[in-house]
Amino acid sequence: MIVRRPFFWIIGLAILVFAAAPLGKDVELRESLLLAAVYITLASNLNLMLGYAGYVNFGSIVFFGLGGYFCVYCMGSLGWGLGPSLLVGGVSVSLLSLLFGLGILRLRGVHFALATIGVNEAVMAFVTNFQPWGGSTGIYLSTGLFQPLGGPAQALWTIYYLLVAVMGLSLYLSYFVKSSKFGVGLLAIGQNEDAAAVLGVPAPRYKALAYSASALLPAIAGGLYFFKGAFIQPADAFDLTLSTEAIVITMLGGQGTIFGPALGAYLYEELRGWLLTSPTFSNFQLVVAGVLLLLIVQFAPGGLMGMFYRRWPRLKRFLE
Amino acid sequence: MSALLEVDDLGKRFGGLQAVGSLSFAVKEGEILGLIGPNGAGKSTVFNLINGVFAPDSGRVGFRGADITGQPPYRVARLGLARTHQIVQPFAGMTVLENCTVGACFGRENLPLARARAAAREAAVLVGLGDRLDAPALHLTIAGKKRLELARALSARPALLMLDEVLAGLNPTEVARMIDIVRAIRESGVAILMIEHLMQAIMSLSDHIVVLNSGRKLSEGPPAQVASDPAVVEAYLGDPGLVQGRGR
Amino acid sequence: MIGLLASVLDGILVGSVYGLAAMGITLIWGVMDVVNLTHGAMIVAGMFGVYLLVGATGVSAYAALPAVLAAGLLAGVALYWIAIHRMIGQPPLMSLLATFSVNLVLIGLGTAVWGTVLFNVPASLPGFRLGRYTFPGTHLMAAALTAVIAGALYLFLYRTRLGKAVRAVAANREAAELVGIPTTRILALACGLGVALACVSGALISTLFPFTVLSGDSYQLKSFVVTVLGGLGNPTGALVAGVALGLFEGLATPFMPVSWTLVIEFVLFVVVLIAFPGGLLSVRLWRRARAR
Repeated sequence: MIVRRPFFWIIGLAILVFAAAPLGKDVELRESLLLAAVYITLASNLNLMLGYAGYVNFGSIVFFGLGGYFCVYCMGSLGWGLGPSLLVGGVSVSLLSLLFGLGILRLRGVHFALATIGVNEAVMAFVTNFQPWGGSTGIYLSTGLFQPLGGPAQALWTIYYLLVAVMGLSLYLSYFVKSSKFGVGLLAIGQNEDAAAVLGVPAPRYKALAYSASALLPAIAGGLYFFKGAFIQPADAFDLTLSTEAIVITMLGGQGTIFGPALGAYLYEELRGWLLTSPTFSNFQLVVAGVLLLLIVQFAPGGLMGMFYRRWPRLKRFLE
Repeated sequence: MSALLEVDDLGKRFGGLQAVGSLSFAVKEGEILGLIGPNGAGKSTVFNLINGVFAPDSGRVGFRGADITGQPPYRVARLGLARTHQIVQPFAGMTVLENCTVGACFGRENLPLARARAAAREAAVLVGLGDRLDAPALHLTIAGKKRLELARALSARPALLMLDEVLAGLNPTEVARMIDIVRAIRESGVAILMIEHLMQAIMSLSDHIVVLNSGRKLSEGPPAQVASDPAVVEAYLGDPGLVQGRGR
Repeated sequence: MIGLLASVLDGILVGSVYGLAAMGITLIWGVMDVVNLTHGAMIVAGMFGVYLLVGATGVSAYAALPAVLAAGLLAGVALYWIAIHRMIGQPPLMSLLATFSVNLVLIGLGTAVWGTVLFNVPASLPGFRLGRYTFPGTHLMAAALTAVIAGALYLFLYRTRLGKAVRAVAANREAAELVGIPTTRILALACGLGVALACVSGALISTLFPFTVLSGDSYQLKSFVVTVLGGLGNPTGALVAGVALGLFEGLATPFMPVSWTLVIEFVLFVVVLIAFPGGLLSVRLWRRARAR
């Protein structure tokens, strides 16, 4: 039973640490952990496609942005509560991604990767021209919307805890998938899709499921993130920087592992924080990310977890 | 009783080349059928047409009573038809057991993960890889990889196993072992359709032989009959007068 | 009606430059099976190359082209050794990420140095009048130069020994190695040529439109659309498809906002990839040996 495996409890511990660390009052720590939680969510879900099935999704930000739009729109224009708005966002984006997936998942490797950028660009262009969603100016939320959650200050804490929960769910999702028959199939697809199909792995269905599953939690995270900022516009919602960073994080930590994205997110955020405060490097965020990625791809494609597992194979019993 | 696999008037063209033409044959339950022919005769193409890698231009493929013509490979596998490849394709990043588990999960019985692992273990033991279950597939020798390919296909507990040159590249000792394994597989109730170039092996293993030449069926029958068919000898050796009676 | 025709003809002129850019991608893709995601950055490099040379020396933009070509060649060889050499033969995912990472570095450096401001290269030539419409001289010149460069590439590939070696490596790298072709050096050269084409097409585009450090993205996207339309590894196809895309843009821009043309080009991209994996022009100039 999965519940008996140590890693299940390690994830739980991580969630508790995130939730408890700011102790309900350290706002600065909370904000930095919140960003980490977003990164971990994006990277873990990206990993379902990238690390398991071997499909790079360059435009995964589209799930985050669309989820944000759905939530902000439902709350701002339709007057719904946070819960229903998030749910509608998550489900809608999952269904939409199933639709996109039907088209682009027939493509392999490189073509698929390019098509995901296309999907992001197409959605961004659509939203920019879509007046009900504010077009290129975006949507502003009134701070009155924070009242039902106990006022702005309290709401920010609630949003944080919800994001930590989403992060936790992402890690658990990764874990359950990897330990399931579905995961076995995805990993086989990632190794050799044709051989997997000959063995009976229903590749089209599994890829579509993975793609759609990888959209749900980022969409909810997007809803929370943009609700928190009380503002959303196409340029931010569909900014490829975040999905690029998610790829770097996943590769850095170790694609195909569950702990990898979390480790990568933590390290990357530390690095980024240091870069932003250093006077020489503040503009060089993406440069550093690029150099990192280049080195990893050429010299350590398994990422940090890959290196640890080679050095200490017994680690595999505790971590995934 | 009707055949397990029925190939009826199968045809496939690639550009100007008729790779397979008007091919018909059948595999009975529990039978070992050998598919032989000179290089380029279209044997692997026949496999690809049967298990759905290519869709045929004409003809029909029936398996266990169902029409599987042109069905994608994963559907065909789900019905109980497994296949190995001439150039082995192990999942390099996985262990032997993990490789076989993939086969066991998605075959005819659609086993849940735990039972799939057990079935995988059985298949691995049957082919002689029981002592290397946790070895990375990458580290196996060619003989090991061939056995892994076989075990992986077997793990699905298929009704029919298609073997594509499973003896190629093996030394005589390994060949002898593999022949025993193939016999053991047949004993366990699996029918086998095999492509092979090693004449002595395939003649001694098969109950029935189909000879292909330039995509068409040249001859068919029990091994002894086919071996002395002048048309077959001509196709292989070029001179029907060179009837030696036996292969290499 | 004449307005539409003028727009279409102008589109064809500009489209030829897209075709040139796409030739850069298809060359690298065809020869070494690597998708060069630094293509956009190299286009931008060409743009800034011209800008800096013109600013520093006061020569005309067109005089700067040979220098940009040469620099592109060197940059491409460098790119090969830095990011691609170790990725040959690896799963395509890896080389994709490798070139992508270099792109990140270059664009990051670019935005750090030049920000996201619009730049312009001074270039004006007398135009060509047709009735009420004037075709900008720069557009005509760009198309003419594209023809010259494409012609030179053909002469190289089909009339020189070195070009033949490149085609051999594209067709079957192992066989080429076996007959004594130094494949690694050829791969580096092909990469150099591909990047040189990207740079020079960027240089030409800079004479047509204003640009920023981030312009590379949309031109890279267009290049990929054109490459796929024309068929992978098919330089003629790339040129023809580029013209076709320019034609489409000429037809579409009077009728719809610019952001939608990009969306349509993308949908086209995906549809063509799914329906016609060999490109709309499936005649391949170099046949790839396929082991089955």
